[in-house]
Amino acid sequence: MAATRLFLRASPVKCSLTGLTGGVHSSLGLTLLKLSPACTAKPQAQRRHAAHFTYHPEPAPSQYGPTQKMNLFQSVTSALDNTLAGDPTAVIFGEDVAFGGVFRCTVGLRDKYGKDRVFNTPLCEQGIVGFGIGAAAAGATAIAEIQFADYIYPAFDQIVNEAAKYRYRSGNMFDCGKLTIRSPWGCVGHGSIYHSQCPEAFFTHCPGIKIVVPRGPVQAKGLLLSCIADQNPCIFFEPKILYRAAVEQVPTEAYQIPLSQAEVLQEGSDLTLVAWGTQVHVLKEVAAMAQEKLGVSCELIDLRTILPWDTETVCKSVVKTGRLLISHEAPVTGGFAAEISSTVQTYESTWIFKFPPQPHKKVTARESKYLSLYFALF
Amino acid sequence: MFTLVTERENPTFEKIISPIIDVPPSPALITVKSPIINPSPSPAQLTPAVANSMVVSARTYADFTPQATFDIKKCDLHKLEEGPPLQAVLTREEGLQYYRTMQTIRRMELKADQLYKQKIIRGFCHLYDGQEACAVGIETGINLSDHLITAYRAHGYTLTRGGTVREIMAELTGRRGGIAKGKGGSMHMYTKHFYGGNGIVGAQVPLGAGVALACKYLGNNEICVCLYGDGAANQGQIFETYNMASLWKLPCIFICENNKYGMGTSVERAAASTDYYKRGDFIPGLRLDGMDVLCVREATKFAAEHCRSGKGPILMELQTYRYHGHSMSDPGVSYRTREEIQEVRSKSDPISMLKDRMLSNNMASVEELKEIDVEVRKEIEDAAQFATTDPEPPLDDLCNHIFYNDPPMEVRGTNPWTKLKSVS
Repeated sequence: MAATRLFLRASPVKCSLTGLTGGVHSSLGLTLLKLSPACTAKPQAQRRHAAHFTYHPEPAPSQYGPTQKMNLFQSVTSALDNTLAGDPTAVIFGEDVAFGGVFRCTVGLRDKYGKDRVFNTPLCEQGIVGFGIGAAAAGATAIAEIQFADYIYPAFDQIVNEAAKYRYRSGNMFDCGKLTIRSPWGCVGHGSIYHSQCPEAFFTHCPGIKIVVPRGPVQAKGLLLSCIADQNPCIFFEPKILYRAAVEQVPTEAYQIPLSQAEVLQEGSDLTLVAWGTQVHVLKEVAAMAQEKLGVSCELIDLRTILPWDTETVCKSVVKTGRLLISHEAPVTGGFAAEISSTVQTYESTWIFKFPPQPHKKVTARESKYLSLYFALF
Repeated sequence: MFTLVTERENPTFEKIISPIIDVPPSPALITVKSPIINPSPSPAQLTPAVANSMVVSARTYADFTPQATFDIKKCDLHKLEEGPPLQAVLTREEGLQYYRTMQTIRRMELKADQLYKQKIIRGFCHLYDGQEACAVGIETGINLSDHLITAYRAHGYTLTRGGTVREIMAELTGRRGGIAKGKGGSMHMYTKHFYGGNGIVGAQVPLGAGVALACKYLGNNEICVCLYGDGAANQGQIFETYNMASLWKLPCIFICENNKYGMGTSVERAAASTDYYKRGDFIPGLRLDGMDVLCVREATKFAAEHCRSGKGPILMELQTYRYHGHSMSDPGVSYRTREEIQEVRSKSDPISMLKDRMLSNNMASVEELKEIDVEVRKEIEDAAQFATTDPEPPLDDLCNHIFYNDPPMEVRGTNPWTKLKSVS
């Protein structure tokens, strides 16, 4: 595991609690953030750094009824199954969804619910989303799939100009709230430039839509069902690397996890870690290592909904710990960490810290194009 | 081994070879790299020198027919009064060249398949076997100085446009000897006047129109061949491009390689009208058999003539077939039957078709063609060996060429303390 490996390689740093009150380049910060392989003195060009992590399934939720072992794509299928069963107006469409989808998220649905409810579209993202907006505006629960988040850009105009502003510009007379767009998202190791992107930051600049990224199967099903039920157009990004890697006991019945609520996965007192999607699991390991090696207690928050995001939870946490580290796969400049960072800094209560103010640290993807070989370094 | 001497410009691939490669190309490779596809001058245009050299070679293979005329299928026409000729002249040299190139593409793709399964090539890999006649036929219909742009199924075109097998395979394995220095991969290969290799479906078509505009603006009598598939034919930007190209009479040949399946979706299930050659509406179109290299060549010549005479864009639909699945992660049999693939292989394989034509007209011997096969195999083996052993690009290369910047620029790494250098 890249994180563990690099952490051990860094020179051991003595870190007492008082040491944490150090200046800007606190030893904790330096040690923790020396995760980037580029920091190592000699670039080891020939070794493949696999930046993988171990997925630890969460305990099965008991309050939603009987559970079944599912991975991420199966939990998505289950959510869609529940939706099609419960809502007669629900339709699913996208490229290749009929046979089950390139990631098998829609397997069996066409056979079960018919070809007029689960159907393929031609290769036209702009058309898919535009069509979805229209269907939603007319009253159907439209669930559109964009095959990879990297292909969402032709639909950008439709999402930002049409979907997001429909309710507002019609004075609430029309809306496309029944639209949900699902898309595989994020690094997968071999995806290179066009099968690995995380475009959530582009869309956060647009009021009127909601953006959600789950971290695992239980979360995915609940959040997806919430998105479908939500009266606003939602974009649901599914971390593709977790499709098979994340396996959990997922409730078979329909259930919802509220949107715009971040989840504190682990309480801590020294540092707040914020992430979403795959990166949550990387930071889980980081938090464990920090505790073990440095005696640092980290509070880990999964943002879950990126837009509108839960400012309360994050800011309250920073008030408690005094430090914030945000990690995401997308590039640094203009990435969503910048927004979180600036909001936290302007949040009044965060001006009063337990420790002296620390600049927020962002650990993100390199400011470079994806190099297929070194992809795993992200 | 006979090397064709023509009066055309030297192939530009020599300029593309990365200076990083230490190993000079072996003489054997140079022979193969000699003008792969160049329409040989018709007998009337032969200078005495060239004619003599042809005579010299003919003496060696005195039994063979120097050239023959073949009937080719008539093209379906849209908004055209007449189409390409119904007969094509093939000389022995041309035939051997086409055979060699198509066989090289075929073997290269099969080798890539093998290397992919051994996990030496990773990522995405879209193979071109079955469609060789398209790449080779198109190249023979245009000049090396013309421009070409295609989608991600680009290995064949990289070769016909001047790339070498070594560079292509090294790019597939992501090594520094690759044609894009190991940073592009399977979908992003480029040579002079070949604009790739594009991952996003349909996005390359407006680009191609732009290139055509540059040709018209610069007045250099060059054209741009703009390829896309049957899946991409339903993208909105294609229609926007048709409109612009037609409005401004750009010298652009739009070519739809219809291999019947857009990934896993058959054309009937994706398109309201599967007459892709008519989809240009106001743009004249031709539909032809993309498995017959002579058919493709004649049609491309016809289309190039149309564009160069200032009549504006033209659309061609090549009906072809791919044997492999969409990419290496697609077995290719869940949406079509093995029998269908087998049928196409046995009845319409482009290489077999050319081979049969040449053998039945006594233009080549079985041994000669076998010899070419052996040479091609050797070339591919050498290239695969190179591709496997060449080192990966250095880590310093990671951030290069993001922007164009004169003094090197500092690029932020994954955290504020790592600064990487970006040189351009």
